[in-house]
Amino acid sequence: MSLTITEKIIRNHCKQKNLTAGDFALVTVDRCLANDITAPKAIEIFENIRQESDEIPFDPNKLILTPDHFTPNKDIASANQCKLLREFAHKYKIKHYFEVGRGGIEHCLIPEEGLVAPGELFIGADSHTCTYGALGAFSTGVGSTDLGVAMALGICWLKIPESLKFNFSGRLKEWVSGKDLILYTIGKIGVDGATYKTMEFTGEIIQNLSMSNRFTMCNMAIEAGGKNAIIAPDKITLAYLNDVGLLKYKMVNSDKGAAYIDTIEINCNNIEPQVAFPSSPENVKPITEVDAMKIEIDQSIIGSCTNGRLEDLIIVAKILNHNKIAPDHRCIIIPGTQKIYLEAIKLGLIEIFIQAGAIVSTPTCGPCLGGYMGILAKGEKAISTTNRNFKGRMGHITSEIYLSNPAIAAATAIKGYITSPSYLME
Amino acid sequence: MKGKVLKYDQKDINTDLIIPARYLTSSDPNYLAEHCMEDFDKEFAKQIKEKAFSILVAESNFGCGSSREQAPIALKAGGIQCIIAPSFARIFFRNAINIGLPIIEMERVEKLNTDDELIIDVESGFIQNVTRHEKLNIKKFPSFLAEIIQAGGLLEYAKKVIIKK
Repeated sequence: MSLTITEKIIRNHCKQKNLTAGDFALVTVDRCLANDITAPKAIEIFENIRQESDEIPFDPNKLILTPDHFTPNKDIASANQCKLLREFAHKYKIKHYFEVGRGGIEHCLIPEEGLVAPGELFIGADSHTCTYGALGAFSTGVGSTDLGVAMALGICWLKIPESLKFNFSGRLKEWVSGKDLILYTIGKIGVDGATYKTMEFTGEIIQNLSMSNRFTMCNMAIEAGGKNAIIAPDKITLAYLNDVGLLKYKMVNSDKGAAYIDTIEINCNNIEPQVAFPSSPENVKPITEVDAMKIEIDQSIIGSCTNGRLEDLIIVAKILNHNKIAPDHRCIIIPGTQKIYLEAIKLGLIEIFIQAGAIVSTPTCGPCLGGYMGILAKGEKAISTTNRNFKGRMGHITSEIYLSNPAIAAATAIKGYITSPSYLME
Repeated sequence: MKGKVLKYDQKDINTDLIIPARYLTSSDPNYLAEHCMEDFDKEFAKQIKEKAFSILVAESNFGCGSSREQAPIALKAGGIQCIIAPSFARIFFRNAINIGLPIIEMERVEKLNTDDELIIDVESGFIQNVTRHEKLNIKKFPSFLAEIIQAGGLLEYAKKVIIKK
């Protein structure tokens, strides 16, 4: 029987035989992840199960803990949550606990640390865990109870998803990135267009896309309701894995003739950089249309698990170099991890950002979910390279968020209204 | 299960609306319940208490967004015993099942309105709308999910069933 990558990986991780899309499976989890918001409840569940039987073997190397959402601790309550993680990590000798200053935003950090590989089954108590599909792993977001059970027993229940295939062809226009492709796709299928389903990205555009852009695309599958995203591992994946020092893994590919419930053809020749208007990632418009509207913006956020990687910061530096942030605008740049931050310093990017009048924050999810480090006041507008522009997400309920790629956000920071770098250089 | 409906004619009610991130520094169910839905409907917590609403009905893609389990926890702690919508975002769906909060996928939510009294029989697969004298069929839960709900959630299921295996 012909199978998709996703079906194969799930089958490789469960005892039940011949399962297909729609069936429920109890799967073995290779690695699991929690952060400062989701770990406290997961730890409670874990301890509760262990009280039942302390003979259950626990593999501390399977768990990754990343205090990243409200860190460095934004207040006493978040400090207490992080303390709980730290004490748990000590108690159970969790090797992959990433202390503030030695880690960063989970979905930038984990691939960089070589903690996820092709063919693996990964669950994370964070919705953007779908990011690692970019490496050809089955990776999906779950809640704290799921995670606590996986921590204690190494298993998770799943419904095997049906797969949607997205075939990207043509050529990319200037300033068009993975972010634009995924925003365009969400605009096309809607925020529930892939609910319960796998989004498999294929085609010549994907084959030539950098890992950084692939992570960005897979990261936002959840914004279309997707259970997971997946890209077949290829030479670009292998080069990345080699760079991060991962040498052992199992490449899994979809069979010819595998079943997809639909194939969506996307020709990229005419796709422009996209901007998602408040308050849904599906409200997308092309940049030429948006530029004409001259929408004034108070603040730009450049970073996050979607667009906080080195490649993103390099693009932003190119645009901000010898330019100044608009007088009435605040630009906040957040490198995804300490490693990315350090590389950005070595490459001189941070100096460019500061000379331009931007601020550079330590790695944190912070403003993306309205935690801190850039909360919006009543009626303010932000452009953001993050993944969600829900009502009130970044601050006051009347504040508004526009989503874009890093180049559009940087150009906007200079002009003070939403625009493209193409217009800056005219 | 018996209860009274509170209905929102709104699709894509996301987890930021159900429980804003500013309250995620706590996992106390009662604290979360106090702030449940406040950015969407300020009166929510007060209404469900005063009018004894226990069944929440909404349009499609309910619970989209983040993986925060605090969302179904806040609803459940506030007094919601069942949610009915044409579709749910998948992490919200599994979180609700995992904490033992039944959620029902039903296309024709136009058949239900605020203040309707319902009798829900998930096992037999129907909803009796007592107010409108109407019986509506619903899909039964797949047996695997029904077992988790019957056990009272995934933690209890894991303790009762998985460990024993």
